[in-house]
Amino acid sequence: MTWSDTLLQTFKDNEVRLIAHVPDNVLAPLIKAVAVDNYFVSVGATREDEAVGTATGAYMAGLRSAVLMQTSGFALIANALASLVVPYQIPAILVISERGTLGEFNLGQTLVARTMRPTLEALGIVHHTLTDQSTLRFILDSSIKQAFTTQAPVALILSPLLTGGNPAAQAHLV
Amino acid sequence: MTKGGGVTNQRTSVATLNRAALTRRLVERLEHDEAVIAGIGNANFDLIAAGHRPQNFYMLGSMGLACPIALGVALAQPRRGVIALEGDGSMLMMLGSLATIANMRPANLTIIVWDNGSYQITGKQPTATAGLTDIVAVARGAGFAASEWVRDAAHFDALIDRRFEAGGPVLLAAKIDDEPGKGRQARDPPLIRRRFMEGLGASRD
Repeated sequence: MTWSDTLLQTFKDNEVRLIAHVPDNVLAPLIKAVAVDNYFVSVGATREDEAVGTATGAYMAGLRSAVLMQTSGFALIANALASLVVPYQIPAILVISERGTLGEFNLGQTLVARTMRPTLEALGIVHHTLTDQSTLRFILDSSIKQAFTTQAPVALILSPLLTGGNPAAQAHLV
Repeated sequence: MTKGGGVTNQRTSVATLNRAALTRRLVERLEHDEAVIAGIGNANFDLIAAGHRPQNFYMLGSMGLACPIALGVALAQPRRGVIALEGDGSMLMMLGSLATIANMRPANLTIIVWDNGSYQITGKQPTATAGLTDIVAVARGAGFAASEWVRDAAHFDALIDRRFEAGGPVLLAAKIDDEPGKGRQARDPPLIRRRFMEGLGASRD
């Protein structure tokens, strides 16, 4: 089982059915798998805060949801987290593909990545960095259950240690 | 186009209407527990002033997200009519959501844009719709088959005289005056969410 398979299965086990996403190279297999699986409602958003809004609406109407994004996209959602997700106690499942570290070639990505964990800390959002397939399922499943049970968002950061990182990076690194 | 349509109106030739009056008219018309999501500021205030309903959702911040939130509600409950009320400034902030919504094709979603060409509550700075930008045309370009200007109050009544769970996605834009919103802002987000979820029958406990 790949990390992508594990995510897909854990979403199903927890009835997380609407997946809103903005593209990312690492997330590509997961986004593709969601799009072709009738269990899921796949929403390709134009911006990450838009995706957070749609996931919030779906949750409030009884359809559990998750948002898939890249590190740089996370930097677009601070206001949506601070004025919607956190105060309204929305159990937003935020899956973030981590760029900017462990073999990044783009200086902009390395800088924006440094804003992610401080932002999560400032808003008091629980976050886990997923590095290992052997603990992946436990962390995902327990975190998603905790989010819905405690009405609190959770950020699940997919490290290059887990995913292998951006497949396009090798060609750029010297 | 929707009932009462037929003529394509231009934004330069439609009547200037009143947001509070149209919001009241809309809320009076709702008979099937339609969900109404209002954007921040005056869209919100006038929805509150029209009388609380358990199916109303009031935003506190997150400018621009009324339409994305409404899309989520519409996809989760395809048999319920869902209406987003949004100002022109907020709509301009999230134009991409029109493209997303057009492509998702939620038949049960209606967007009403209150267009006074102004960021009214931050000092009446002009928005792009005070210039060259036409929200109805933008929505058509994004892929909305049903997108039109409200000609006058009678036309608005005709446009909302339908079941909201089908025929969408629809975008209606109304030119409005600059009367400030009437209601007081709701300030308890967990309570707003909980009431809304109960109003939609989506509360698990």
